[in-house]
Amino acid sequence: MKVKMLSRNPDNYVRETKLDLQRVPRNYDPALHPFEVPREYVRALNATKLERVFAKPFLASLDGHRDGVNCLAKHPENLATVLSGACDGEVRIWNLTQRNCIRTIQAHEGFVRGICTRFCGTSFFTVGDDKTVKQWKMDGPGYGDEEEPLHTILGKTVYTGIDHHWKEAVFATCGQQVDIWDEQRTNPICSMTWGFDSISSVKFNPIETFLLGSCASDRNIVLYDMRQATPLKKVILDMRTNTICWNPMEAFIFTAANEDYNLYTFDMRALDTPVMVHMDHVSAVLDVDYSPTGKEFVSASFDKSIRIFPVDKSRSREVYHTKRMQHVICVKWTSDSKYIMCGSDEMNIRLWKANASEKLGVLTSREKAAKDYNQKLKEKFQHYPHIKRIARHRHLPKSIYSQIQEQRIMKEARRRKEVNRIKHSKPGSVPIVSEKKKHVVAVVK
Amino acid sequence: MTANRLAESLLALSQQEELADLPKDYLLSESEDEGDNDGERKHQKLLEAISSLDGKNRRKLAERSEASLKVSEFNVSSEGSGEKLVLADLLEPVKTSSSLATVKKQLSRVKSKKTVELPLNKEEIERIHREVAFNKTAQVLSKWDPVVLKNRQAEQLVFPLEKEEPAIAPIEHVLSGWKARTPLEQEIFNLLHKNKQPVTDPLLTPVEKASLRAMSLEEAKMRRAELQRARALQSYYEAKARREKKIKSKKYHKVVKKGKAKKALKEFEQLRKVNPAAALEELEKIEKARMMERMSLKHQNSGKWAKSKAIMAKYDLEARQAMQEQLSKNKELTQKLQVASESEEEEGGTEDVEELLVPDVVNEVQMNADGPNPWMLRSCTSDTKEAATQEDPEQLPELEAHGVSESEGEERPMAEEEILLREFEERRSLRKRSELSQDAEPAGSQETIDSGSQEVLSELRVLSQKLKENHQSRKQKASSEGTIPQVQREEPAPEEEEPLLLQRPERVQTLEELEELGKEDCFQNKELPRPLLEGQQSERTPNNRPDAPKEKKEKEQLINLQNFLTTQSPSVRSLAVPTIIEELEDEEERNHRQMIKEAFAGDDVIRDFLKEKREAVEASKPKDVDLTLPGWGEWGGVGLKPSAKKRRRFLIKAPEGPPRKDKNLPNVIISEKRNIHAAAHQVQVLPYPFTHHRQFERTIQTPIGSTWNTQRAFQKLTTPKVVTKPGHIIKPIKAEDVGYQSSSRSDLPVIQRNPKRITTRHNKEEKL
Repeated sequence: MKVKMLSRNPDNYVRETKLDLQRVPRNYDPALHPFEVPREYVRALNATKLERVFAKPFLASLDGHRDGVNCLAKHPENLATVLSGACDGEVRIWNLTQRNCIRTIQAHEGFVRGICTRFCGTSFFTVGDDKTVKQWKMDGPGYGDEEEPLHTILGKTVYTGIDHHWKEAVFATCGQQVDIWDEQRTNPICSMTWGFDSISSVKFNPIETFLLGSCASDRNIVLYDMRQATPLKKVILDMRTNTICWNPMEAFIFTAANEDYNLYTFDMRALDTPVMVHMDHVSAVLDVDYSPTGKEFVSASFDKSIRIFPVDKSRSREVYHTKRMQHVICVKWTSDSKYIMCGSDEMNIRLWKANASEKLGVLTSREKAAKDYNQKLKEKFQHYPHIKRIARHRHLPKSIYSQIQEQRIMKEARRRKEVNRIKHSKPGSVPIVSEKKKHVVAVVK
Repeated sequence: MTANRLAESLLALSQQEELADLPKDYLLSESEDEGDNDGERKHQKLLEAISSLDGKNRRKLAERSEASLKVSEFNVSSEGSGEKLVLADLLEPVKTSSSLATVKKQLSRVKSKKTVELPLNKEEIERIHREVAFNKTAQVLSKWDPVVLKNRQAEQLVFPLEKEEPAIAPIEHVLSGWKARTPLEQEIFNLLHKNKQPVTDPLLTPVEKASLRAMSLEEAKMRRAELQRARALQSYYEAKARREKKIKSKKYHKVVKKGKAKKALKEFEQLRKVNPAAALEELEKIEKARMMERMSLKHQNSGKWAKSKAIMAKYDLEARQAMQEQLSKNKELTQKLQVASESEEEEGGTEDVEELLVPDVVNEVQMNADGPNPWMLRSCTSDTKEAATQEDPEQLPELEAHGVSESEGEERPMAEEEILLREFEERRSLRKRSELSQDAEPAGSQETIDSGSQEVLSELRVLSQKLKENHQSRKQKASSEGTIPQVQREEPAPEEEEPLLLQRPERVQTLEELEELGKEDCFQNKELPRPLLEGQQSERTPNNRPDAPKEKKEKEQLINLQNFLTTQSPSVRSLAVPTIIEELEDEEERNHRQMIKEAFAGDDVIRDFLKEKREAVEASKPKDVDLTLPGWGEWGGVGLKPSAKKRRRFLIKAPEGPPRKDKNLPNVIISEKRNIHAAAHQVQVLPYPFTHHRQFERTIQTPIGSTWNTQRAFQKLTTPKVVTKPGHIIKPIKAEDVGYQSSSRSDLPVIQRNPKRITTRHNKEEKL
């Protein structure tokens, strides 16, 4: 006689150790789960709300400068080290993990206009209003030794910016012209000019390292080729560009921070139309820096806020501000893509999280899975009105908020006028110019 | 304009070559001029020839204007000599003279000399340089296009891009740069050195090396194979033994044991022949076993197991057999045998199986077991009885009717009911035969049935009995009248029509009564009211059932009537309108209608629309929600439905929605699908990357959570787009990272690296 019994394999329900999770058998038949979309919607909504709840981006403020911070530089090899130059000629080196200043140098008389580190991280260069370029050792002098630069170059004109080559012992300064210097020489290897206005910043392309970009006060952006010692092309915009930054992952893309409150991302091969116009600031944009992943960039503005833009979006995804932060002059995205530093008028350097609601520190695998899932949910349901509203909601200082309203009205009025003009004139006589093309005055070959 | 100039400047060099070519062209043109001269001369000649055709001065000598055959210094003429003068003839002597060659050269140079264009101004040159440089750079940059595109579209990017390979330094390097510092380390090193433990490269002691050398590879392989085989065999054997041990079949074990016993016997026989002493020993052993058995009474029924079996044996055939087996074993063991029955080992194996002295009951039951089961017996007898009862065709329907009523009323073991029924039947048949009086019958039924639940049954029975008796009485009457065919008509009535049958007799009787009113009235009056009353009490469905179809029929009739009315209504209405005008209009209208009708002969638009609207209304009505879960609180499975009560309990009735907006608008459908409250939560416009709303819906409808996906799928679905490692510096992308070879060329400006070349180029430009 055969006895039929219910039998179960203990392997299917018994945990191996006490620390294991209980095994929960599931039937994934979609017919048994009729409410998957509503449930996921609710989860997405909760995730979005929690994101806003946990959005506490401000980490630390580094104080010590006795004048506005004019320039910042990252250490290429060390994540914790940051250099800053102030308007009183002081250069400070900071340790971010300890959040203190580890070294102070009186580098220049007057402003420190520019600061950059050597690619190996052993020394750094500063330029100041005293027409000098100075090279300093990264490590401080021994006890009792005086703080002295390694080299000092005395120039004829004021230098307004400096950037170091990414691979070779070459750096570039800008002022009346763009000079390229060998570190060992006191005269520039070559000088490149195009026009006669003062150039405010110069940047090396981090990928194709022989390329340079500069922006001058006659509203133009000029690209140079160091190998052929010649400028390549010039684009003239509506207003002055304050600085540019190259995308570290896409060789031909750079973004320009403009005085007309906008940022323009260009493909350097087609300068007549910017790839994207980023607008959200309500005052001049003073500095811009790319995230090392090349997917986003951060911009500092005269409107006392910094904003984070995705490269392919025209609107910012995040805005950071505090009550005490004044005009932000310089901004940097750290090399591990996790933090943002900004130096502002009121002598402080602030450290922010690049992702406002991110949990810092080590995540367990379950936390990581939950984080990823929430992120995907937010992405999936981002177009739903309620979720969109919550995700987009930011508190803004009154000044910025009212400015935004004002500018919206102005923009609307301008648009209306244009529409009316088109409507009441002979068809085709008033051309319709796209927003992208509107801001480019000319491209000079 | 500028483009032209550019082209000119770009082609400056090539033009140089062309210029060199030009003189030839000039020469050619000169020779052409000569040709022209030649033609003139010919023309002259032709004119002369024509003039000489005249008769008068047919032959006119050529006029001589100068001395012939004398070449003047200033003029050259071939006239008179009769042959053409070629330029080459003139040049012939020049060839030899060298002084003239230089002159010629100068001449050609003068001829070829052309005004050189002004050099481009500096700005223009710079622009050209810029443009060329830009094109070159753009070309260099375009190699990044695929990389950029790939990275933009990548599902996941993990930063830093370059893989950091953990630098594993070889052990020698580590050791060479390391010294024993602490006393412990020094001690360890001393030990190692003492044992000649190598610190560096081969990491093998001399002993190990020797042992390595001791056995050759071939040998080792063979040895290993051998060992493997042995191990495999062992494992096979073990597995076999385990398998056999697990076999539960008693028969198998019996066979095995028997085989073993036989074998042992054979061996014993052999042993007796070969070695009588050993055989004797063996015999002794067997004897000893017998003694042990007799002493211990192991295989008697004294054991616990045997006792329990003895109890069980009453009911269980197997237990009984087991006991008997044990007994036989005991007998076997205790018998004095010359031949050994079993070895000791086997005894140990069969210790569990034992028994003795089976109680008498066991045997009794065993005896009984062969015969038919009492229960079975009973059923058999009942069957036969049933068969007997079924002989009577009239009895059957009634019996079934009881069955139906009982199953409706309560549930009881069928056997009991059947018995009861049979008893009734028997009694009834007895009664039929004896044709007892009707008064005695109810008393008899009350006697037999006592339980309350069976009272209903009894009443039913009474009712049926009475009906039957009515039948019989009628039959009797019929027989008295001599109408036998009527009875025959009644008899073959099918079973399904039973309720009707039950009802019919009354009616028929009433009809009959009417007919036979005069004959027998008192008897019928007594009889009729009672069955009717009882029928009401029993509340049998068959009684009500015939009414239901009737009602239905009535309803249908009503509907038909309505239909009739609605179809007729237009004509009714038209009656109200004045007749004369109506007629005129009617004709026109009729024509019109006719035309339309003919045009749309095939399709009835109005009806279609009405149908559509009805469907829309139906669709928009809120549906009831059935939340019944089969299997909860009751049995579930194929063919089983959750009970009505449960369905009722879990059916959520949809609330009646607000009245439709198009309720009073007969030829309008207003869709009420759009829900304002829901619209606030819905996406109004198709988001950017999607091209069709279906795409978007599909992405929304595929869940990504682990609740609906397997772990693997969940992980795959939730991979983040960008992964960065905390504390790792992300360097800008490099050519090597994406498989391009990085340019070995230095980025240093050309001027710096090779200033000479630049200057020469500048010189060239100036020259141009």
